[in-house]
Parts: sequence; structure tokens; C-alpha cells
Amino acid sequence: MSHPLRRQRYLIDFTLASLWRRRGKNLGLLGVYGLIVFLLASVMLFSQALRREAGLLLEGAPAVTLQRLLAGRHDLIPGDYLTRIGRLRGVSDQYGRLWGYFYDPAVRANYTLMVPRDREVAQGEVLIGAGIARTRGLGPGDVLSLRSAGGTAFAFRVAEVLAAEAELVSADLMLVGEGDFRTFFGIPAGMYTDLALEVRNPREVRTVAEKLVTLLPDTRPILREEILRTYDALFQWRQGIVFVLLAGSLLAFVIFAWDRASGLSAEERREIGILKAIGWETGDVLRMKFWEGALVSLAAFLLGYLAAYAHVFLADAALFAPVLKGWAVLYPQFRLVPYVDGLQVATLFFFTVFPYTVATLIPIWRAATTDPDAVMRG
Amino acid sequence: MIELREVTKVFHEGLPNELRAVDGVSLTIAPNRITVLRGPSGSGKTTLLSMIGCLARPTSGRILLHGRNLSGLPERFLTAVRRETFGFTFQRFNLIQGLSVLANVMLPAYPLAPDHGELVARARALLAQFGLKDKEAARVEWLSGGEAQRTAICRALINDPEVLIADEPTANLDSRLSREFMGIMDGLKAAGRTLILTSHDPEVFEADCVDRVVTLHDGAVLDP
Repeated sequence: MSHPLRRQRYLIDFTLASLWRRRGKNLGLLGVYGLIVFLLASVMLFSQALRREAGLLLEGAPAVTLQRLLAGRHDLIPGDYLTRIGRLRGVSDQYGRLWGYFYDPAVRANYTLMVPRDREVAQGEVLIGAGIARTRGLGPGDVLSLRSAGGTAFAFRVAEVLAAEAELVSADLMLVGEGDFRTFFGIPAGMYTDLALEVRNPREVRTVAEKLVTLLPDTRPILREEILRTYDALFQWRQGIVFVLLAGSLLAFVIFAWDRASGLSAEERREIGILKAIGWETGDVLRMKFWEGALVSLAAFLLGYLAAYAHVFLADAALFAPVLKGWAVLYPQFRLVPYVDGLQVATLFFFTVFPYTVATLIPIWRAATTDPDAVMRG
Repeated sequence: MIELREVTKVFHEGLPNELRAVDGVSLTIAPNRITVLRGPSGSGKTTLLSMIGCLARPTSGRILLHGRNLSGLPERFLTAVRRETFGFTFQRFNLIQGLSVLANVMLPAYPLAPDHGELVARARALLAQFGLKDKEAARVEWLSGGEAQRTAICRALINDPEVLIADEPTANLDSRLSREFMGIMDGLKAAGRTLILTSHDPEVFEADCVDRVVTLHDGAVLDP
């Protein structure tokens, strides 16, 4: 081992021994510090993973959704609008969609009813999301009875419970056949909730939207990229709320860390004096204390981050889920796909490890640059 | 050889509480001898010892080690001289609490980063020499006064210094341990080291092995 490396090893050895000597104090610090990193990292990891999840899900959404407006409100759109749109350049596919919400007073929850495009649902049958199945205690073959828009009872036989992987979007979902949907909500034939358009080239989406507005002045095109932006803003807003809630504890930690880091105990001062008197340079003392700050904050960062990772991806972020996922009766139960953003880790690292390490060095520097003869008088 | 020329140390210079702790001391300390700085409290012996040991700089005057002026050296070089030339034992031993005897003894060598195995062997040899072989793993706060004193001596000797400086070495020892300490000093002199002690304890300055006693009063040498 080369001389400078061996010197650092001696300093780290001494630092570890010093940390161990004051283990009560240092473990307390490690605990508080780790807890703060844990809270911050949990929020960051969770909202990041949610945003990513939402983004992945929306990739399957149509590039343009066209809604008809009546007096500024969303209204049903006639199917013949599809003919009026005709053949727009760049549009690869266009179709009408049927979907809506239903409030179930029995469990005080909203369901999303939809007519799937990729599969046929037989008349009188329904495919339900795992959330509904859980709340109403239903399984395949059971009958789900709901009161339709016309006031009559409507019985659906559960054909299938949707797979749990997509629960973020399917928890409250009911997939029904077109005929049943129209009868249940009283929607006349030829009318749709909205129209969906697929555009081959993403750069042409805005042009298509502009043409649609000119062609059909009573409609409003909603672009997938706009929804993504809205989601992003929403999750950032929620993340912000949690950060505000955490601000108090964060501030307490800053004060605590500053006090711990900047105030040297008489014993520590005496030790620095002894080390200098027996031949340690100011630089050695500074390096030793740098290692002390760095080891504590690195350990706290690693512990906090790993705990946050486990909390978010193994324990489903039990602490923050209600705020970050949304407010709903049918909480989706889903496991987020682990995703760690390098930039976020770096940001968190910079704002936790760096200030603490620097804060420990300033008072040491002041103590370490004084003449070592004080120890003779001490 | 250590030479002091008109060395003065003033604390709080220019302030109402200005204190002239050492006042124009000129002195030559011969190598391979035991020199004792004697004097009452406040006579300036510890301040003088600090300056000789490169722990502090004189306000004016020069301190020469083998003809090399130490007074004007930057802190880094002064530390290097201190580490390589001087070993210290302090009045209250100043061992680092919570660490073992062995770790305390090895501490002055850390900045020099010697091979770890070699350093441990050197520290163990010193501990064996001073009858502390069985205490190497003990924490220093568990040691008796005599054991702590001997641990401090081992620590002072770990870098094999030419000069050993001891400030009031017997202040916390009874007369039996004080005599034992002076016996150790005698042994170190025989091994070729220079020893500079401060003390107002007769067990020290009247000991047979002491070659020279310098009496200080109000920062000045009474019998140069």
C-alpha cells in the first residue's frame, strides 16, 4: 500500500474508533439523519415511480381524444363526426369510444364503465377490476346488480376479474358490451362518449388537432402529451405538499445537525489539541474530521435510501400512499416497478451529505488551526 | 544541541491584560543530558518548554536546533520537526480516553504512516520495556497513575525522538512513582536521549541523574 493511502487508512481507523467511542451520540445522529433521508427519498422514489407508471400507461392512450362540447360542457359526440373528419393526412386510425362513471351508493365508490375495443364482452356479462371485486366481494360467476340510469335494476354476471398488474388504472374498471352500456346509461345508438384518433407521426399531432378544431368547431381535441404534462404537474404538486409537510422535520434536522456539527465539545477540543501536540498536522486533523462527517452522512444516506427503497417498492409506500396516489375509496393495490433516477439520487446526496460534511469541517478548522500549546496549559 | 537566544513570549500583546510569560531567555541545552526547568507557578517554565518543543512560537528571539533556526518555520515544517525530534509527556498525561493503551501509543506515528505490522511491533516492544505488556488492550481510563505515566512515555517514544520533553511529570504521582519515573529518565539518558523536564518537585530536580537545573522566576532565568 502506498504511503498516502496508508495514511488515509490510519486516519479512517482512528475516525472509526472515535465514532465508536461516542457511539450513543453518533448512533442517535445516524438515526435522525437516516430518518430524514428515508422520508425525502421515499417521497422522491414514490412519486417518480408513479409518474413513470402513469407515463407508461398513457403510452397506450390515443394520440388525440376528441370531445364534443355543449355550452362549455362535455357532451356525447355523434358517430357521424367520424365521417365528417373523413381522411385527415397523418391519421392512421379513428374510432368512437364508450365510457362513463357510475356511483355505487352501496360502497360509496365510483366505477369506470367502458366498452373495450380489443375484446368482445357478451351481453349481460362484465369484467371487473380487482378493486371492485375486493370491495363488493365478487368473483367470476357472481352477479353484480346495479341500478341503471332508467331506474331499473341491471344484473351483470362477472365473467372475469381483471389482472392485478394494471391495477393503478383498472381497480375501479367495469368492462361491458356495447349494447349493455347503451341500455344501462340510456345512450342512443350512434352516439359516443368521445372519438379517438391515432396519428402516425407524433410531430403531426398538433397540426391534426388544429385541423379538427377548424373542421368541427363544437369539439375539443385533447392530446396525449397534454395529459402526460398534467399528470406530471399533479404528481409534482402532491410531492410538493408532502415536502411542505416534511419541512418542519427537515428544519429541525438542520438545526440539530448544525448544532452537532458546529459545536465542538470541550472533550473534542482537548483531543484535537493532544493530536496536534503529539505531531499531527492541522491537515491530518481536518482529514480525520472530514472522514468522520463523511462516514456518518454516507452511512445515514445509504441506510435512509435503502430503507426508502424497501418502503416504496416492497411495502407499497404505506406512509405516503394516501396523499401521493390520490383520494379514492377503491385504493388500487399495486406494486410499483422499482425505478431509481440517477439525477434524483445525486440531488438528494448533494443536499444531505455535502452540507453536513462541510458543517463538520468549519468548527474543526477553527479549532485545528490554533497553536497546540494550549494542551500544555490545559 | 538546542540554543535559545533572547527568547521572549508575550500573551495578549498590546492589550490591557498583556502578559510577558518569558522574558529574554538565553540558554543552551546540551544533548544527552537531563535538564530541569525549575520555578514556582507562573514562572514561565511551561511556556518556555512549549517553545523549545515547537508547540508555540516565541514573540521575539530565536530557538536553534543543531544550528537551524526553528522560530521562523511555517507551521507545517514546525510540526514535522516536532514529530521527528520531540516526544512529549504532559502533566495530566493527556491520553485519549476510550482508546486502548496500544492505540494511544501508536497515535503519534499515524501521520507518518509506517507499515502497520511494524508499528504494532514497535509499540509492543515499548510497552514490554515499560512493564505494560499485559495492559495493551486496556482502555487508558482504567490505568493507575503510574501506568498512565508510562503509557504517555511509550507514546512519546514511538517515533524514536531525539529529545523527550516532560511537563511537570510527577505532579500526579506519589514519591515512589516519582522516583520510578526518574529511574526511567536515567535509562533514557543512558540510551542517548536528551531530556528536558519542568518541575518544582525535589524528587525531580534533586535526583542524581539530573545534569542541570535552570531556575526561572517571572519569566527570566535566575542563574544562567
